[in-house]
Amino acid sequence: MTEIALTVGTHSVLERASLDKLFAALSKRGFRLVGPTVRDGAIVYDELKSAADLPVGWTDEQKGGTYRLKSRNDGAVFGYTAGPHSWKKFLHPPAVRLWQADRADGAFEIKEEKPDAQKTAFIGVRSCDLHAIAVQDKVFLNGRYLDPYYQARRENSFIAAINCSQAGGTCFCVSMGTGPKAASGFDLALTEIREQERHYFVAEVGTELGAEILAELPHREVEGHEKAAADETVAKTAQAMGRQMDTTNIKELLYQNYEHPRWDQVAGRCLTCANCTMVCPTCFCTTVEDVTDLKGEHAERWQKWDSCFTRDFSYIHGGSIRATPKTRYRQWMTHKLATWIDQFGTSGCVGCGRCITWCPVGIDITEEVRAIREAPQSPKGSPTGDKHGNT
Amino acid sequence: MAKKQKPKLAVWKFASCDGCQLSLLDCEDQLLPLVGQIEIANFPEASRAVVKGPYDLSLVEGSISTPHDAERIHQVRRASKFLVAIGACATAGGIQALRNFVDVKDFVSIVYATPEYIDTLTKSTPIAEHVKVDFELRGCPINKEQLVEVIGAFLQGRKPNVRQHSVCIECKRRGNICVMVAHGTPCLGPATHTGCGAICPSYDRGCYGCYGPMESANAGGLSLVWEGLGANQSDLVQIYRTFNAYAEPFYTESRIHESKEH
Ligand code: SF4
Ligand code: SF4
Ligand code: SF4
Ligand code: SF4
Repeated sequence: MTEIALTVGTHSVLERASLDKLFAALSKRGFRLVGPTVRDGAIVYDELKSAADLPVGWTDEQKGGTYRLKSRNDGAVFGYTAGPHSWKKFLHPPAVRLWQADRADGAFEIKEEKPDAQKTAFIGVRSCDLHAIAVQDKVFLNGRYLDPYYQARRENSFIAAINCSQAGGTCFCVSMGTGPKAASGFDLALTEIREQERHYFVAEVGTELGAEILAELPHREVEGHEKAAADETVAKTAQAMGRQMDTTNIKELLYQNYEHPRWDQVAGRCLTCANCTMVCPTCFCTTVEDVTDLKGEHAERWQKWDSCFTRDFSYIHGGSIRATPKTRYRQWMTHKLATWIDQFGTSGCVGCGRCITWCPVGIDITEEVRAIREAPQSPKGSPTGDKHGNT
Repeated sequence: MAKKQKPKLAVWKFASCDGCQLSLLDCEDQLLPLVGQIEIANFPEASRAVVKGPYDLSLVEGSISTPHDAERIHQVRRASKFLVAIGACATAGGIQALRNFVDVKDFVSIVYATPEYIDTLTKSTPIAEHVKVDFELRGCPINKEQLVEVIGAFLQGRKPNVRQHSVCIECKRRGNICVMVAHGTPCLGPATHTGCGAICPSYDRGCYGCYGPMESANAGGLSLVWEGLGANQSDLVQIYRTFNAYAEPFYTESRIHESKEH
């Protein structure tokens, strides 16, 4: 193998058989490995022991409200699309203890929770999810209220991205400008190529750490036809999006349509079950629960995933501000696509399609936008949102 | 420091199977440290001794199904500072509320040799239809962790951490794969009150709705999903007509499908 200078932005070739070595190199450096694996009829993200745990020969079929795991006969390792889990499961876990306290001599003593220093390598992160992580970085790491737990998890993470070789039935990253090719936010980005006789990866270096790891694996400089095959793979995926969303002036569109009759229509179908917010890789909302033991000697404060689809979410003294399913669905979609832009300077939707697939009713955010765009409210309609766009 | 009076806890039984009281007994490990702190004044499943009121906390199990019980619950209320209804019987009328869909006299004449001796109400109703209830803890049976949480919150003078949203939120927090979306297994989780810890979906089953309707249950919307998965009208009558049959909107939803059955 020819030695090449591995710098950020360079492309190399990694044979399929070397995937094990990538895992070994990461383990050797103390990284816990998490990535895709088959469990309970789906491709989930869990802890992996070795490359043998990857979903080799599996894929999925998705549409509104339906997901099916399917086998495939070409031995593809990453031949599936965004699944039920997202990386927020690890980076922003569903339940976290913030501190505990014990009563001692008439006062109480607080035990702080140490940020998690576990190094974690995320294997197979797709472009939409890289953008979702970047969105959550803005939420947790910017401004006055930095989340030290999230920060520690992010600082200890290694990201091996995968460029999508196929699009799912509910994907629309092209519309959101978030894929299918990983552009930044990774240490290494792989494109999987299956040819008649060969199965290999084109690996792009994203950081110095990525270069160091790659240098430890058998690799060689990419040839023109291999790079072309990688480019063609993502170009084809971009042509095959299952969904599309026209985002032209989307913020204004939604702000001008707070009273659109479509909200009533979708509210009739919506179960306010909150599945869409749970699976969304950018939704960050949590609640805080204080628990005590029966004797009142010990107390703990827990942070748990919450959702704007619950009644308590908007409860203030006297009642819930968003008492109806209509106001909750409207809050969710308007936050994702409009108020998020005012709040964080970016869309809150990365087009992963999870909310469409995992909504039991198959409510489709792209369809809801289309319905409003095709028959916008007359300009006379009176918006009811406040200046922050809360509806 | 003057010795504080120990709070008195009472457990009352109305029409029920005792399962919820057993959940309390099942908490023995957690309850043992409490022995010095509270006085268990009335607990039919655990002891015969009955201490006179007033009681600081009354846990009420069971529904109101006889004229005598309809009287007795007022006595319990008068003797209790806080009254917590526990379980599907006390919060929704229980499985015995199936009588609310038919004429109870017809049953009585079939089941009992001497129907004259049976003194029963035409409906089985939740405690809150009779007296003011300070808190309702759902489930058939209740979850013992939640029960300990309610008692703990009462003792510490704080609000219990008992949410009323869908089972789906707990299911997703556990990292479960949705059985309805991924396997096509019908699940009541989206319309059902949280509290069980999403047990059934964690074992690859659909939710049976043991905790009754959640805070904003859209049963009609969920029925359409079930129909899409192959449920017929009598399936839909049955799924809503279990331990929480008398709780809205399950009550109305089962009636809607009953009317479409034939
Ligand atoms: S709103 Fe839906 S499509 Fe957009 S990022 Fe969230 S889950 Fe994905
Ligand atoms: S959509 Fe709802 S749950 Fe998601 S981030 Fe916004 S307010 Fe939070
Ligand atoms: S849009 Fe779908 S997933 Fe979201 S709350 Fe409504 S029914 Fe549930
Ligand atoms: S399995 Fe049932 S409870 Fe769990 S998310 Fe799916 S519908 Fe909700």
